[in-house]
Amino acid sequence: MRIYVTSVYVDDQDKALAFYTDKLGFVKKTEVPVGEHRWLTVVSPDDPDGCELLLEPDAHPAAKPFKAALVDDGVPLTSFYVKDVHAEYERLRGLGVRFTQEPLQMGDITTAVLDDTCGNLIQIIHKPGLVKP
Amino acid sequence: MSETAAEAEVFKALADPNRRKILDELAERDGQTLFEICSRLTMRHQLGLSRQAVSQHLDVLLRAGLIRSRREGRYKFHHIDTTPLEHLTDRWRGGGARENRCAST
Repeated sequence: MRIYVTSVYVDDQDKALAFYTDKLGFVKKTEVPVGEHRWLTVVSPDDPDGCELLLEPDAHPAAKPFKAALVDDGVPLTSFYVKDVHAEYERLRGLGVRFTQEPLQMGDITTAVLDDTCGNLIQIIHKPGLVKP
Repeated sequence: MSETAAEAEVFKALADPNRRKILDELAERDGQTLFEICSRLTMRHQLGLSRQAVSQHLDVLLRAGLIRSRREGRYKFHHIDTTPLEHLTDRWRGGGARENRCAST
């Protein structure tokens, strides 16, 4: 068994695609109409055959209160690896991305938390050796 | 000079080492989400506190006036407020205590 996809619940798929590609730098992998929405995934250009991120509509009534409760406590929905948290923080801030946690070093781990504009907080993290080159 | 109920809340809040660590972390960087406070306690201080436990500590600090929570849109940030500490020990340091110190020298 292998993990090939994971998802973030987004309030608008077009807005999400723009944010996750134009700002975060992922690339679109799949876009297939399914009912009133689309099966819409992005991947990292550094790992195009790796795990896909599904930009999944938050249409289920339980999704919105769940998302709001996490944001209220500052809890990120998921976490993306970056080579340099400080550099990404500066780059994304320059693109107008809002952070709820500035870069924070804890031992050999550095993290920051940003708002994906689609109702979620996302953590970026660096830890030496966390991801194979 | 008698102790006010507000002062009693401050002493109670400060009596707990975990709450003092929360204040340490907010003094280092003011304006943190609950998640950041929890991360710092877990990763820097190896405290295995649940999010709910940290939330309860924050309530005690809030009641004592040592922190304030600020809502900014959908986010909530916690800030340290040292105002209640400013005159907390005056009753021991001012007036009579100072005279006694002078008399003994």
